[in-house]
Amino acid sequence: MDGVARLGAGALDHWREITVPAGETFRACHVVGSDAPQVSRMRVTIEEGARYDLFVTNAGSDYTRIEIEVRLAKGAHFEFGGVTIGGAGVTREFVTQVVHAEPEATSNQTIRAVHWAGATGNFLGEIKVARHAQKTDAAQDFKGLLLEAGASANAVPQLEIFADDVKCAHGATVGALDEAARFYMMARGLDPATAQRLLVQAFIGDAFVALEDEAEREILLDAALAALEGAKL
Amino acid sequence: MTMLEITNLHASVGDKPILKGLTLSVPAGEIHAIMGPNGAGKSTLANVLGGKPGYEVTAGSVTFRGEDLLALEPHERAAEGLFLGFQYPVEIPGVSNVQFLREALNAQRKARGEEPLSGGEFLKLAKDKAGLLKMDMEMLKRQVNVGFSGGEKKRAEMVQMGILDPAFAVLDETDSGLDIDALRIVGAGINSIMRSPDKAVLLITHYQRLLDVVKPDKVSILAGGRIVETGGPELALRLEAEGYDAVMA
Repeated sequence: MDGVARLGAGALDHWREITVPAGETFRACHVVGSDAPQVSRMRVTIEEGARYDLFVTNAGSDYTRIEIEVRLAKGAHFEFGGVTIGGAGVTREFVTQVVHAEPEATSNQTIRAVHWAGATGNFLGEIKVARHAQKTDAAQDFKGLLLEAGASANAVPQLEIFADDVKCAHGATVGALDEAARFYMMARGLDPATAQRLLVQAFIGDAFVALEDEAEREILLDAALAALEGAKL
Repeated sequence: MTMLEITNLHASVGDKPILKGLTLSVPAGEIHAIMGPNGAGKSTLANVLGGKPGYEVTAGSVTFRGEDLLALEPHERAAEGLFLGFQYPVEIPGVSNVQFLREALNAQRKARGEEPLSGGEFLKLAKDKAGLLKMDMEMLKRQVNVGFSGGEKKRAEMVQMGILDPAFAVLDETDSGLDIDALRIVGAGINSIMRSPDKAVLLITHYQRLLDVVKPDKVSILAGGRIVETGGPELALRLEAEGYDAVMA
């Protein structure tokens, strides 16, 4: 945790508080990461029937950790799409804790991690379902794409479920670039870098499918693909 | 003018030698069918010409329009005018046919020093070529080969060929997986796109039926990693009637 050690005193004390009032929808899109270590923490309360959509490209060139604590009231929804991408031997991570405190709330988290050059992408996703939060529907989907040996992608799902009538789905896979697809694209005239960019774009696109605003989606995708420049082919 | 000149080609997959001294010459204007039993090396030949990783050339040479083809990367071969029609076209989730083909065509044009096509120009071209293969434009807006049936994938390959407009096509069992109607459409597409005095085709197939539509000028039999016999269209008819063993005996 070298990155954490280099953070200034007090950097870990700050929490951003967000409340989405009953029946309302908030949406936030962030590109995070710089050349200094960074930890961002937010605590989101989503009131009855409200919705919070959060989309993040985590593409720093140093340790970057995003922590999100979410508390869902009755019938609320939390949508999270996150991408970690990069090389340079550092760790980029998302840590989420989603509390289904009341019945009928839903949450959907889609994380994609693309790494090379000894870098690591982590997703620590905790889901808590309270005893009376029946009809909860919570989903987590993590996929890692490693462009070379030595990079890593890790998912740690943690489910704590006290209600009995709930749906909690989680999946995690890690793999390499589809070489058959890359050759197919090259056989049609795309150079290796363009073929890789298209495949990575398709891979991380899943995280932003739920984002309907095309301009915002493009900003997040472009930031991620810009980080891909110089990656191992 | 000779377009493709293959001389004494030896190639291995892993440690296993597959092509063992294959020699073949295809001039411009020719459609040359390659037939042969399973395991003869037909797909290996196609993959070596396309530059697929894992196929190692251990001896011999391949010259394409006077250039050393084997020295080029797959995308450079495409820009030089070589098209490889895949026996098993690859699915690419998350990438639409339109985006893929426009980027591919413009990459080829850039490599040749030509101006890129605009979105509108490209769509017009794509619509034209899709129509030739009786493929709905809506299918081209979908992800590359995802959810396509075997026959649709082969038709989509030919739409790609029409859009990229290569000088030379290596078609690896483009007829497999096609029903009779689709076979006629695909055959007519090959004729329309590639039948030209300055183009040529290497048509790898198991069956005579595609050759009823795409009439070859030459037919060669590939067996044991070499061309063992070359003749006119009648050779394919003899193979169909008598089988490889009898013809090659």
